This record gives sequence, C-alpha cells and structure tokens, in this order.
Amino acid sequence: MSLLRRVAEQERASVSFWLDGKALSARAGDSVLTAVLTHAEQLRRTEFTGAPRAGFCLIGCCQDCWMRSEDGVAVRACTTEIAEGMRLLSGAVPVAGENK
Amino acid sequence: MNASPASPQVVIIGAGPAGVRAAQTLVDAGLRPIVIDENRRAGGQIYRQPPPGFVRSKKELYGFEAAKAEALHSSFEQLRAKIDYRPDTLVWNCAPGQLDLLHAQRHAEQTYTHLILCTGALDRVMPFPGWTLPGVYTLGAAQVALKAQGCVLDGRVVVAGSGPLLYLLAYQYAKAGADVVAVLDTARFGDKLRALPALLRQPVTFAKGLYFIGWLRAKGIPLIDGVEQIAADGKQSIQSLRWTRGGKTTEIACDALATGFGLRSETQLAELAGCRFVFNELNQQWLPQRDDAGRSSVPGVYLAGDGSGIAGADAAELSGRAAALALLQDLGLPSSKAESRQLAQTLRSNLQFRQGLETAFPTAVHWARDCADDLVICRCEEITAGELRRSVQQEGTVEINRLKALTRVGMGRCQGRVCGAAAAEILAHATGVSVADAGRLRVQAPVKPIPVSAALAAEEQI
Repeated sequence: MSLLRRVAEQERASVSFWLDGKALSARAGDSVLTAVLTHAEQLRRTEFTGAPRAGFCLIGCCQDCWMRSEDGVAVRACTTEIAEGMRLLSGAVPVAGENK
Repeated sequence: MNASPASPQVVIIGAGPAGVRAAQTLVDAGLRPIVIDENRRAGGQIYRQPPPGFVRSKKELYGFEAAKAEALHSSFEQLRAKIDYRPDTLVWNCAPGQLDLLHAQRHAEQTYTHLILCTGALDRVMPFPGWTLPGVYTLGAAQVALKAQGCVLDGRVVVAGSGPLLYLLAYQYAKAGADVVAVLDTARFGDKLRALPALLRQPVTFAKGLYFIGWLRAKGIPLIDGVEQIAADGKQSIQSLRWTRGGKTTEIACDALATGFGLRSETQLAELAGCRFVFNELNQQWLPQRDDAGRSSVPGVYLAGDGSGIAGADAAELSGRAAALALLQDLGLPSSKAESRQLAQTLRSNLQFRQGLETAFPTAVHWARDCADDLVICRCEEITAGELRRSVQQEGTVEINRLKALTRVGMGRCQGRVCGAAAAEILAHATGVSVADAGRLRVQAPVKPIPVSAALAAEEQI
C-alpha cells in the first residue's frame, strides 16, 4: 500500500534508497516523504503510544514527519530531498537488536 | 559596524508574495536586503515552485493564478543579483538585532537593523476522531503534494472542512486524476447566503469559487454542506469516514482525507522579536499589532503578508510593498506617501471580503469544544482533551501557558502551531471564558527543531 500516487513529472532520473532494509526507487527531486509514501503508508511511530504517523502539513510546520535513518540521524521527511543510498526507517517493521 | 544608521542592514524573512515585493521595493530604492527563506525556491506556499527538473507549465501548476505566479517568480529572478539571498535557511531565533540561523545542519548568526517578517501561514485545523491516522492530511498538504511533487493522495479521497481551499483543492485533485469521492463542507448554505454581500466585493474571486463548485458538480462528485461530527476510522491508515447531517449518520469508505478551515498566521518570530500582540476577532488568533503600513510595536520591525493576519496572496504582495515603503520612510529615504496611503486603503477594503469568507466558511470550533475526552489534541505529545479538562477541574487551570506547563500541550515539536487553537477552545469552553481571555500560548526558541550540534554552536557564540 502507498499513501501517495504519482500523476505527473514521471520522467525524472531514478534514485535508489533503502526503507526498513528494503531497496526501493525514487525520483530525483522527491522529498523523503514522497519517496517513502509512494511505497509505504507510514514514516514513523510516535514516542508515547507507538501509533503510526505519515506527516500532516507537508510544509515544515507540524513536525509530524521526522524519520530516523539507520545511523540514528533525524530527518524531517517533507523538507529533506531524497539522496542516493539513504537508509531510512519507518518503524513499520521491528529492527534487529531493538528492545521489544 | 553594520548597525550604523548610514548602512542599514535590512533582513527580510520569507520569500513568498510579501517578501519578494518588499525586496523589490527596497532594491528599487538602492538597498541590498538579505532575504532568508526556509524553502529552496522563492514563491512561498501559494506560488511554490517544484524542484529543478520538474517540467509542468505555470498554467498546469497554478491554474487561474498562473500569471501572478509567473510575475512573482520572474520579479524574483531579476532581483537575485541585487539581494543577498539565503534559501533553505531556517531562522530559529530572533533577538533584538540578531537572528540565529540553520543552514545545511549548521548554525550561523545574522545581525540586522531592520527586519521585515513575511512568515506566511499554515492550515487552520480542528481535531476530530481519527485525525492522527496516516492518510489524513491538511488541505494545504494535499495541495503541496500535487504542486511540488506531482503526487496526489492515493485511492479514494475525501475533502472535508471549510473555506475556499476546500473546493479549489477538490477541483485540482479531480482534474489531476485523483479519485475524489466526496467534498464535505461544515458550513451551511445559510452561512454562505449571509456572506454574499461581502463576497461580492471581489466578484472575480467569488466567480472562481462558483466555477470550481460547478465543475465538481458536473463531474458528479458529491458536494455536501452542513456536515457535522466527522470521524475517521482505520487501523494502520484511514479506511472510512463518518459524519452526521441533519441528525442522520453517513459512512463512506476512503483511503485518504484532506481537511482544514482556512489559514492561521505563523507568528513565532514576531513574538521572539518582542512585538506586542493583540487578539484578532476576525482571525480568531493572537496577532502582532501593526499599523496600516506594517510597522510593528518594535521600531525597525515590520510585518507583511499572511504572517500577521490572513488576507491572501494579492494582499500579501501589496502589504510587502507597503512595509518596505514604511521602512524607507523611517530611514529618511525617498518614498511615496501617496502610494502608502493608497495601499493602506486597498488593504483595509480587502478586509471586508475576508469578513465575508469567515461568515461563509466558519471554523468548526465546536469540534474541539464538544469532543470526547479520549481525543488526542496535541499530535506531538499525544495529550488528550480529557487531560486538558482534568487540569481545569482538578488544578483550577484558567490560562493557556499554565495549561501548557501542567499538561505539556503545545510544548512539543510544533510548539502549538497545530493544536494551539483547539487547546485554547477547550480551555475557554471548560472555564467559561472567551478564547482571548484564555491567554496567548507563548513560544520559545528554537521555533522549530534544530540539531543538538547547532544549538551547542549557538551557545558557544553567546
């Protein structure tokens, strides 16, 4: 399932990235949010209840789309451009070594 | 050095309609302003430009507003060599004479003698059951996905809330190939009828609204007004939406929802700059006080565009120019007083149209007032309405900053941008006072999250 669908601007160069350990493809100029949500339906889980979230405002105001990369760096998905080789975590699948 | 009156250091924050016109006015007068913008390209949200390499025409991107977008973008291109332009740069603190910036994950500082704040707006939203589910976005978010990324919300899309953007977004989405299954307007037909005289003051804008509605009807998309008690259901993401109308409950299967009630000003930097705030009944929000030309209560700090009261993009261009003219006057430089008076008059008459919009599309503030105790109000800290009400009942909380201190509402990453209006409604309703009397939620730097390394770098330089 995905939350976003491309309807225009399809002729852009391909960019490879990893989401939860899986190799996926985005397009040059995609935000991290676009790259992820054209394949998946969440960006993170909340700290308190673990509820899934997928962003809300898309203009850098609500701060609901902060993702983690595999090396622990926080990424605001709506305002960060996807880059070749990014390794992102959405919280949708358990990460090896993570407690519970 | 920069602070000598002979060489003013003018900083404009925001490169939307207001910021670009302010910059242009200053450049025409021989100044070289610094223009700082959080976006990578000029245009603000309304005339947002996609990343380089995207190929849709302005007509495809901006529809009826293509000529205005083109004019603003090309004006800015001509200014580029004559200004100090800092795109992709967050201003996260604003002290007298100095700004703290973040660019490419690194801290920087910038002094100023004069500041024009053109900080824009974000969607005004009200919480409802299921509003935190993946697949639920603001109207503006749904529009940005299309405009800046060539994407629509996938699957069956419901558009719900009120305001002019409701019908515009539904039209843009359906036209782009999205599957819009319903447009739910919380305003009633009677609200719109009452607003008619005021709305007819801007017949072209009014006609565009009618065009979108007519187009959607012709496509057979259900347009339903007087909608109440919206609730989204789903586990991993939204799967259906319920609402009531005239006592009858309806449910529709859907995969996405775009929702909102007009716009809310982004005022955090004006607050940190020390501007005096007043509660604005029209906007139902605390706003930095400004005179007709855009002077704030702080000498040298000016306000323009939607960031100090929602008036729309056309008004933002005019108020950007008005603020720059006032700044020139205050510097003792040549500046047309007649034009300033004319701009002030135009901007004042524009407010009557705005009043009409508020009447036609009232915000469903009762969604917050009447919501169930288990509804999450603060998306960042996951604070429920019940926690807020308990604080009122058990601790006698009557003021919004006290409520923040006790419950953490508005203390999270968004600093109350999203939940502040709803939290104030709940507090005011529970204590029986007006929203204005519930107080103003104060902000703290950084206005948006910054890396710890940047915060430490800022500490070292103090």
